[in-house]
Amino acid sequence: MNNSILKIQKVTKVFGGLVAVNKLDLELAEHGIHSVIGPNGAGKTTLFNCITGFYKPESGDIIFGDHLLVGMLPNRITYLGISRTYQNIRLFSNLTAIENILVGQHPRLRAGMVDAIFKTPRMIKEEKEALEEARRLLNFVNLKGKGDLLSKNLPYGDQRRLEIARALASKPKILLLDEPTAGMNPSETQAMVHFIRRLRDELGITILLIEHQMRVVMSISEFITVLDFGEKIAEGTAAEIQNNPKVIEAYLGRGAASGLSQKQAAAAA
Amino acid sequence: MLKRLQASNWYSALQMGLLGGIIAILVSLVGMVEEFSLRDIVFNVIDMGQTILLMILVLIGNFTYRRSQSARSLNKWLEAALAGAVVGLMLWLLVLLIPALNMRAVFLNASPRLIQILTFGNEGVIALVLMLVVGGIGSLAGAVIQTLPSRYSNAIFQGIIWVALIGLLQELLQVILTTLGAHGATNWLFGDKGLSVVGAVVIFGVVLALTLYRSGNRTTLQARIKALPPASQWAIRWISFAVAIPLVWILPTILTTYPTDVANSVGLYILMGLGLNIVVGFAGLLDLGYVAFFAIGAYVMGVLTTTATGPNAGQIVWGPQFTFWEALPISVFAAVMAGVFLGIPVLNIRGDYLAIVTLGFGEIIRIMAGSDFLKPYIGGSQGIVEVGVGQIGPMFFNSPRTLFYLIFLCILLAFFISTRLRDSRIGRAWKALREDEDVAQAMGIHLVSTKLMAFATGAAMAGLSGAIFASKIGSIYPHSFKLLVSINVLALIIVGGMGSIPGVFVGGLLVFGLPELLREFSEYRLLVYGALLVVMMLTKPEGFMPEATRQQELHDAMSEGGAAPPESAPKLAKSPAKSGS
Repeated sequence: MNNSILKIQKVTKVFGGLVAVNKLDLELAEHGIHSVIGPNGAGKTTLFNCITGFYKPESGDIIFGDHLLVGMLPNRITYLGISRTYQNIRLFSNLTAIENILVGQHPRLRAGMVDAIFKTPRMIKEEKEALEEARRLLNFVNLKGKGDLLSKNLPYGDQRRLEIARALASKPKILLLDEPTAGMNPSETQAMVHFIRRLRDELGITILLIEHQMRVVMSISEFITVLDFGEKIAEGTAAEIQNNPKVIEAYLGRGAASGLSQKQAAAAA
Repeated sequence: MLKRLQASNWYSALQMGLLGGIIAILVSLVGMVEEFSLRDIVFNVIDMGQTILLMILVLIGNFTYRRSQSARSLNKWLEAALAGAVVGLMLWLLVLLIPALNMRAVFLNASPRLIQILTFGNEGVIALVLMLVVGGIGSLAGAVIQTLPSRYSNAIFQGIIWVALIGLLQELLQVILTTLGAHGATNWLFGDKGLSVVGAVVIFGVVLALTLYRSGNRTTLQARIKALPPASQWAIRWISFAVAIPLVWILPTILTTYPTDVANSVGLYILMGLGLNIVVGFAGLLDLGYVAFFAIGAYVMGVLTTTATGPNAGQIVWGPQFTFWEALPISVFAAVMAGVFLGIPVLNIRGDYLAIVTLGFGEIIRIMAGSDFLKPYIGGSQGIVEVGVGQIGPMFFNSPRTLFYLIFLCILLAFFISTRLRDSRIGRAWKALREDEDVAQAMGIHLVSTKLMAFATGAAMAGLSGAIFASKIGSIYPHSFKLLVSINVLALIIVGGMGSIPGVFVGGLLVFGLPELLREFSEYRLLVYGALLVVMMLTKPEGFMPEATRQQELHDAMSEGGAAPPESAPKLAKSPAKSGS
C-alpha cells in the first residue's frame, strides 16, 4: 500500500451491549477508491459516523494527516477535509439546489456578521466566487438549469448527485459515500460508477465507499474491506475478496462456503 | 338503509352542512354576529356580522365541492348547495329554539336582535325559505369559485378582501382622505357607515382589473426594474427614496393621533417579529420565552433613566438617571447578553424541549421582575415610573408623532439587518440548521456560534423594542411581559409566513393592526386569533406571504450579462455520467 491518508487503529464503538465496531484497523490509500462491504448491521455506517465525528469511539485512534479525529466536532472534521453523503439522502429540502451547494461551501468562506451587514467588498467578492463555484459544481454533476429548484422537488437521481455536489463544495480530500447507488436502476448505477471514478481521476479525491451492489464494488474498488459483526474479516483487492471463504460464509452462511469451495474444487478437477 | 346513505355523496355534504351549522350557531351565540353587525361594510347592504356567516357558507360550499366524489359537476354543485341549506336550516332551528327554550337565560347574546339578523326580519315559513335559499346560494358561490380558473378566483378573492377591508376601516380612511382634502372622493366612496354601493362596486372592479392585469403580465415590476441598466436602477432607487421620505414625514399628520399610536404599538410588535423571525423563521429555534428579551430591554431602560429614585415608596434605590440615548445601546446590549447567556446552556436542546426551556426562561424573567426580592432595584409589582424620554434638539420622543419616526427608523434598521443577514453565509447556515441540524454540522457549520448569533440578533431587536416601549409608556410593570406577548409575536410570524421578512409586516398588520382599529374585535380577539391560526394551518400553512426562493442560478447569470458558463461545462456535458440524469 502506498502512502496512506487516513489511519484507523483499533477503533471500537459500543452501543449498550452491542459492539458495533470492534478493534477495527483500516488504512486509506491516497487517491484510492476503497470500499467497505458487509452484511446489514456489520457496522459500516457506524464506521462512517466515527470518522466524521458523529460518534465518539470508546477506544482507538483515527488519524488524518497530523490530526487525531477522535473527539473532534463534526464541523471541525469537515473543515479539515473529510466530507460525506448519507445512505438516505439528507439534503436541505426547503433550500434550492444551489443554496445546498452554497451551504456546503460554508467552511471555505470567511464572511462574518459584520461583513454581511455592511456588504464589505471582501464579502461581495467572496459571494460572487462562491456562486460561480456552485454553478460550476452544478454543471459537474449535470444539474445545470436545475439550480433554482427546491431540492425536495428534484428527482431521486438528481438528489443523489446534488448531495455529492454539496459534499464536494467543501473541497474535501476524502469523500465518504454511503451507498451512492441505492435505489438506482442498472443504467443509473453505471453512470454513478463512472461519476465516482471521475471524482477521483479529475479532482484527485480519495474515496471511501459503502456499497451493497457487488457488481459496483468489484468493478470500481482498488481495495476492499469486509466487515461482519463489527469486525474486519477480510481485506484485499476485488479478486482476493471474491475467493475468500470467510467472505462467502458471511454473505451466504456457513454451509454455502464449504459447498461452494467443494464445487470449485470439483470444477477445477 | 343507513349504510346506503353513508355511501352516497349526499351524506358527506350533510356532514359538512352540520359542521358549518355548528360553527354558525357558535358564532351567533357567543355574540359575534350581533356585535359585528354594528359595523357596515357596504352601507345598508351588508354588515360584518352577516359577512362572517356568509364566509362560513362560502367556505363550507367550497370544501364540500372539493371533497365531493361525484363524477358530474352538477351533482357537486347541488351537494354544495345542500350543505349551505343545512346551515340555513340549523340556524332556523336555533331561531325557533331561542324563545322556546328561553335560551337567553344562559346565552346572553341570544337576543331578539340576533333573531332579527338571522331571519332578515321575517317570520315563519318566509324566514325558513329565505334562510334555506341564502344558505344554498352562499355555499353555491363557494363552489363556483372553486370551478373558476385560479387566476379569476384569486382576483375575485382579492376584490372581496379589499372591499371588506376598506369598508371596515371607513372611519379611519375617511379622516385620512378629509385631511388630504379629498372631500369629493369620500362622499361617493363612503356611506354613513361603511362603503356606499357605488364605492364598493368601484373598489371591487378596480382591484379585480388590477389583479387580472398583474397575473396576465408574467414579468413583475421588480423583474422589469432589474432588467434596466444599473444607472437607471440607481435613479429609480433614489427617486423612490426622495418620494418616500416626505411621505413618512407627513404620515403621522395624515393618520391623526389615535391611529398613529396604534401604528406605534404595531411597529414595536413588528420590530420584535423581525427579531423572532431570525430565531424561529431562519434558524428554526422555537423560542417561547421571547418576551424575556423585550422585558430586559424595557427594564434596563427603566432603571437607567428613571428619575424616580430614592428611599420613598414607588421609587427604586439606585438609578444613574442616564439620558434615553445613553441607555438605549446599553439596553440592547443587555438583551444580547441575556440572549447569549440563555443560549449557552440550551444549545444542545432541540425542538420541543427547547420550546419548553425558553418558555421557562420567559416566565422566570417575568416573575423575577415582580418579585419582592428585587423590589428595591426594579420596583417589583409597582414597577418603575418616570422612564426617560429621548430628545434630539427641540424634539422630544414622547408624542405618537415623534415616536412614529423613531420606531420607523428602528424597523428600517432591523429590516435592513435581517435582509442582509438572510442573504449571507450566516443566513444560509441558519436555514441549514433549520432543515437538518446534524447535516448542517457535517457541512462544517459550528452549531454553537451559529445558534448564539441567531439568539443574540433576535434578542437585540426585542431589547430595542422593549427599550422604546418603556420610554413610550413612561412606566413599566411586570404584567406587561406576560407569556401572551411571546405567543402573539409567534402568531404574527406564523400568519405572515415563517422566515419571510415581508411576512412579518403583513402578520403585524393583520394580527395587531386590524384588531386595534376594530373595537368590536376586542372581546373576541383571542377567539378570532385561534380560529385564524387553525384555518391558516389547515389551508395556508406557509403563511400569507411565504418566504420566496431566490433565483440564483439563472437570474444572477442574466444580470451579469449572460455570463459565460464555466469553462469545464462543455467538456463535462459529453461525459458518460449524463445518462444518469
